[in-house]
Amino acid sequence: MAQIYRESAEVLGREQIAEGIFSLWLQTEQIAAECTPGQFVSVYCADASRLLPRPISVCEADPEKGKLRLVFRVAGKGTEEFSRLKNGERVQLVGPLGNGFPLEKLAGRKVLLAGGGIGIPPMLQLAKALSRGEKQAAELTAAAGFRDSLFLTEDFAPYCRLLLATEDGSAGTRGTVLDAMREGGAAPDVICACGPAPMLRALKQYTAEKGIACWLSLEEKMACGVGACLSCVCRSAEVDGHSRVKNKRVCTEGPVFAAEEVEL
Amino acid sequence: MSQNMSVSIAGVVLKNPVMVASGTFGSGIEYSRFLDLNRLGAVVTKGVAITPWEGNATPRICETPSGMLNAIGLQNPGVETFVERDLSFLEQFDTKVIVNVCGHSLEEYLDCVRRLADEKRADLLEINISCPNVREGGIAFGTDPKGVEQITKEIKKIAVQPVIMKLSPNVTDIAQIAEAAEAGGADALSMINTLTGMKIDVRRRTFALANRTGGLSGPAIHPIAVRMVWQCAQRVKIPIIGMGGIASAEDALEMLMAGASAVSVGTASFHDQTTAVRVIDGISAYLEENGIGDVRELTGCVK
Repeated sequence: MAQIYRESAEVLGREQIAEGIFSLWLQTEQIAAECTPGQFVSVYCADASRLLPRPISVCEADPEKGKLRLVFRVAGKGTEEFSRLKNGERVQLVGPLGNGFPLEKLAGRKVLLAGGGIGIPPMLQLAKALSRGEKQAAELTAAAGFRDSLFLTEDFAPYCRLLLATEDGSAGTRGTVLDAMREGGAAPDVICACGPAPMLRALKQYTAEKGIACWLSLEEKMACGVGACLSCVCRSAEVDGHSRVKNKRVCTEGPVFAAEEVEL
Repeated sequence: MSQNMSVSIAGVVLKNPVMVASGTFGSGIEYSRFLDLNRLGAVVTKGVAITPWEGNATPRICETPSGMLNAIGLQNPGVETFVERDLSFLEQFDTKVIVNVCGHSLEEYLDCVRRLADEKRADLLEINISCPNVREGGIAFGTDPKGVEQITKEIKKIAVQPVIMKLSPNVTDIAQIAEAAEAGGADALSMINTLTGMKIDVRRRTFALANRTGGLSGPAIHPIAVRMVWQCAQRVKIPIIGMGGIASAEDALEMLMAGASAVSVGTASFHDQTTAVRVIDGISAYLEENGIGDVRELTGCVK
């Protein structure tokens, strides 16, 4: 079993980067050093009346300094609590959790990273990993789909070309990440995606038709976050080796799955 | 001063009265990285049936104030995989193992109990007649006193291990159900399972859970559980394992004083994986501070 750590992390910086979207830099002991792109952490509320952890994917990690960046949308009272954290305060984390994107299968390929909404942050860590070093992609493009206001777009600039889509057409292509890919003439041979279910379904269908590889990062409500409670399952194409039914645990077998492994 | 923390449930001696509740802890494999399973009085494994069950659609859970609703639907890999993988994993630990058993029909319960008969690692059986999230089986067996007595009798006829019946709080008079289980020959009772609840997502204007209803657990239900344990302790002689919202040693002590011989930590493990160990240490410290030599003196001390 890969190591999972329970840590009290110090808040190094908090910033609102768009309407309802917050960025936190945290000082960790082990998590930042050991997490890989696509993994997530469980973040615990200080208010124990909110007893379940919030799973949040890693946006950036500085392994040398142990710094971890989380970017999240305020969706309820728990994430609202995190959005009010101040520098020097501490927050309880468990991680790194789950399986990230398979870097060894992406190295040397023409990779497109597709992020929709709050699915965009984990694509930044993946872009960094594939832009240099032994896991470098042959060609790297990111496509980010927003409802309206943009965030993190400048962060991608050093690592890859970025195609933009907005629902209202206020920036980039009007429409979805698939529309932005078509307009931008992207011709990847593998797609990595994280975002809302309709976007993932569309990409699963698109890549199946084109016969190209596709990796999807899924989201589901979690309780334990470590594979015990079976809250966060997704439907799988085949009988899973652990569950012995057509279910896989998003927290443990995922959150990243090969598109053909899962039914959306 | 010497201190006794051990308790006996149907002749099985637990090193302390704290276990982890079925369905919140898997079989301990995942949690063993956070706490030492050797510290626990017992591990109560997630409900297992004679064949694999798929469980319900997602979303299966949602958070509520100081609690959560779940409708997992007893997803489990079936007893064969459970024996091979989970029970063998538990071989290495010095703790008792209580296997929670579920079924869609009386025959399925009996088949699973029969399959476990030769498994030495299963020290006790806990029969789940109280799951609110499956249409057949589960709670259907647990809400009628005659039905409870009958299923308990049938299971007792064939069970090799002592039998704990796990009771539902979703009844008019839980003490009547407790008496029925005792009359059927149950060796002990586990109580309470979750309370049926519902949450509506006002933004989407639909149910928060795919199953529409779910079982409420967590600190929010603790006072109800204490009351029910107290009521049943007045009416039955068999030991009671108390559970429902225990998150601290104080919560566990309340349950013992109300009449429980042992306690289970459930949902609180989701918030802090080490809760059960904190509860054990807290009970021990309480005994020390109050000059009590034996944890068993606390059981039912509040009349």
